[in-house]
Amino acid sequence: MLLRVLRKLQLLIWRRRFHRDLGEEMSFHREQVEEQFRTEGMSAEQAHRAARQQFGNDLQLREQSQDVMAFRLESMLQDLRFAVRQLRKNPAFAGTAIVVLALGMAATVAIFAFVDAALLQPLPYQNPSRLVVAYETTNACRECTLSYLDYLDWKKTNTVFSSFEAWDASVYLWRSPEGVQAVRSAHVSGGFFRSLGVAAMLGRVFTDTDDTPAAPRAVVLTYGAWQSRFGGRQDIVGQSLILDNAAYSVIGVLPREFHFALRAAEFFTTIHDPSRCEQSRDCHDLNGLGRLRDSVSLDAAMAETKAIAARLEKEYPESNKGRSARLVPFRDAIVGDIRPTLLVLASGAGLLLLIAYANVASLLLVRAESRKRETVLRGVLGASVARLIRQFVTEGVLLVAVAVALAMPAASAAIPWLFTLIPERRLRGMPYFRDAGLHPRVLLFAAAVSLLAVVVFSVTPVLRLSLSNLREDLAEGGRGAAGTLWKRFGSNLVVAELAIAMVLLASAGLLGKSLYRMFHVDLNFNPANLATLEVNVHGAGYVKTDRLRTLSQRLVEHISAMPGVVSVAHTSDLPITCNCDSVEFRVLGHPWYGEHDKALQRVTSADYFEALRARLIAGRFYTEADDRSKPRVVVINRALVKQFFAGEDPVGRTIGDAGLSPESLAQVIGVVDDVREGDLVEPLVPALYYPFQQDTDGTLFLVVRTGPAPGPMMPSLVRAIHQVDPNLGVRNEFVMDDRINDSPAAFLNRSSAWLVGGFAASALLLGAIGLYGVIAYSVSQRTREIGVRMALGAQRGAVYRLILGQAGFLAAVGIVVGLAGSVPAAALLKSLLFGVQSWDVPTLIGVAVVLGICALLASYLPARRAASVNPVEALRAE
Amino acid sequence: MGKKPELLPGTLDLLILKTLSRGSMHGYGIAAFIKRISVDVLTVEEGSLYPALQRLLLQRWVKAAWKVTETKRRARYYTLTREGRRQLGDELSQYESMIAAIGRVLQDT
Repeated sequence: MLLRVLRKLQLLIWRRRFHRDLGEEMSFHREQVEEQFRTEGMSAEQAHRAARQQFGNDLQLREQSQDVMAFRLESMLQDLRFAVRQLRKNPAFAGTAIVVLALGMAATVAIFAFVDAALLQPLPYQNPSRLVVAYETTNACRECTLSYLDYLDWKKTNTVFSSFEAWDASVYLWRSPEGVQAVRSAHVSGGFFRSLGVAAMLGRVFTDTDDTPAAPRAVVLTYGAWQSRFGGRQDIVGQSLILDNAAYSVIGVLPREFHFALRAAEFFTTIHDPSRCEQSRDCHDLNGLGRLRDSVSLDAAMAETKAIAARLEKEYPESNKGRSARLVPFRDAIVGDIRPTLLVLASGAGLLLLIAYANVASLLLVRAESRKRETVLRGVLGASVARLIRQFVTEGVLLVAVAVALAMPAASAAIPWLFTLIPERRLRGMPYFRDAGLHPRVLLFAAAVSLLAVVVFSVTPVLRLSLSNLREDLAEGGRGAAGTLWKRFGSNLVVAELAIAMVLLASAGLLGKSLYRMFHVDLNFNPANLATLEVNVHGAGYVKTDRLRTLSQRLVEHISAMPGVVSVAHTSDLPITCNCDSVEFRVLGHPWYGEHDKALQRVTSADYFEALRARLIAGRFYTEADDRSKPRVVVINRALVKQFFAGEDPVGRTIGDAGLSPESLAQVIGVVDDVREGDLVEPLVPALYYPFQQDTDGTLFLVVRTGPAPGPMMPSLVRAIHQVDPNLGVRNEFVMDDRINDSPAAFLNRSSAWLVGGFAASALLLGAIGLYGVIAYSVSQRTREIGVRMALGAQRGAVYRLILGQAGFLAAVGIVVGLAGSVPAAALLKSLLFGVQSWDVPTLIGVAVVLGICALLASYLPARRAASVNPVEALRAE
Repeated sequence: MGKKPELLPGTLDLLILKTLSRGSMHGYGIAAFIKRISVDVLTVEEGSLYPALQRLLLQRWVKAAWKVTETKRRARYYTLTREGRRQLGDELSQYESMIAAIGRVLQDT
């Protein structure tokens, strides 16, 4: 075998000699035959002709011999040279096909890179598929945190986890050489990293002994924190850091590829000594993380944790009533909300690629039609069908190769551009996207896409070849009526293109409308010129209420004195954040049957509603005068009134906690319009607003209404806060408008609307090009017919009607098929849509009209050409 | 052309090898020899002769060299190699057992 290959190689090198030998050998043979005939009594000329006849086609013969000997490579090179010449001869065709194809491929590959990063790339843990996230679940809250004591019980009594750990989010005020910095951190239990299967890159990670009150305080850094905050210095392990006024020693640095999407922490510390919250079964602050034992299924683990929760419910009814358990595979927990968006985008890109394939295939078909003569000629001259097919395949390969050469750099440029669609705040929760790139799996995908393209583009012209009859084609002379095959396939392809364009347009329309609806929900406050900042006070030593109250006063006074500041206030949770931090409440005097009514609880400074420009509906807002010397007051929102005070005047009523304990009672003094506390797509829910002076709480989110644009004022606001106390931590400085734009639902909807819109616009363009191509080709084929019609008295209007009618029929079929296809597409979109039915008639009609107009424009040009046919010339050309 | 019987498939290589077992010959010579010996029954088409020769060359069952004919023309002479001779033996015995088998079947009916 090897020898044979070597011989073939040898032949490849000396192929000129091979050809010369073969040629000489054959002419010798022919002469001998000729001589033979002459000796049999033929004339010289007769013998010559007879020999030629017997010998057959010299070229074909040689090719056959060569096929035995040579690699296909040589004829491939020939084909390739020919293919390049062909493409260069038709730059318009080649350019269109290559650009269309490259566009489709680049979009698909770039989107796939993100799909790969989120859904396929293994997570940077050992055996990540065995990791689950554990929640407590109640009627009101599906995925809730655990109390520390519940966590310990789950950990102790389960038999399904090889390890069960806990973590919670925290923020440390780190006293850095440059001043105090608030750093995103997490408390983790001692076995957290061991359970993930992550080892330190430098130093070590935590062990169970680090997670005891007696152990020295230790911190583990992420690679990113080590690089950006400590310049990657090698002697970091053993250094001491001051976090929240306590000394922690750095014991390790995590590897570069480590990420924990549930909390983008930079510093990790242990739970160490349970906080006051963690000593009560009522206070829930921990997230569970379990590693399933090898033989245990998710269902079995779910059943057991539920059983444990039920046991705890029986044992501690007052704290655990109605609490069950819920386990979610780790990957689902971190990609849950992005998965539908990714699938929609991948489908959109796939459809675009499909259109690109159809478009190029129909271009190839047109070209195969106009190259009929060439094909016939080559066939007659002795090219075997296999050889002709090989030529088409080579052209397909060349086309795809050039397109890939353009598409891959485009895709690799598109990936960082796609990153810019993700706001930095959201990217933190999707660290896996940072690895998106042209990785082996993505390259494999690109190869598969290209291979499919090669198959499609080689099969299309071959189809034409095999279905037509060489002799018929020759008789026709490459002229005559438009090929029936072309009519059948070409117009089907265009209908498919238009239908896909319709589906993409409809999806983009729905997403656009949903985005519009989202940005036009009632906020019930004025978001313009509003700066928001989170001030971390606890780590700076503000724990007692007196100190907090003084701090609040000083902050408000100092900042409101700044030029450009209109008003300042603070709250315990900013609007457009979450429908979280809710409490149970009861209305004094209302009948009570043991139900757990919940409302959001916000603690705000007196000017909060004024700073937000929220509307007062009844009663009054609280003021600085409502302090601890006065009876407790509360402002409620409209949703609470609607739900709990139907037909009653709430002002003057009293609200308290679930047990109506005397110290919790507060009088309702006013009703405020529903300030949107949750994300844009979340419903408006009941809320209670308490004055900071009476109900002091340690979380301060500053809200500053500014005269000029708030963005440029941020640094001076941060400075002003540090002038009040340099030890305060300040983070999450965002303009309210950005907060709204980058809120999770808005960001997901916006990026999918933009991308699907881009796909749809490209699809529309490609569909129009496809339709133009079909109609233009048909006009060029029917020039004679049109000439005859006009010579017989047809008016220009009739010619227009003829051509536009043909185009209109194709477009109409495409639109109808596309409408049918939009139904499943909209079903896929459903989870992304807000305020729009997936079957939104105005959107679908609008989209159909847009497509129809584009189709009309695309077919107008060829129709005009047809109408301006000069009958005399058309007939003379015969 | 259609009057002449087709060559049994697979037998061309055997015929060429057998012909060459008498000594080296050029392509025309092989074709002429087969035609003459078979009394014009078997005609080797040039279209199959040369590809077949290339195939045999590739298998190293024959080798080729340019020589001068009696008529002082340059021609390419093919010679059987040792492997070729062995191959001829193999193919011959295969052929004979097959013919014998066919014969038995035909006589039986």
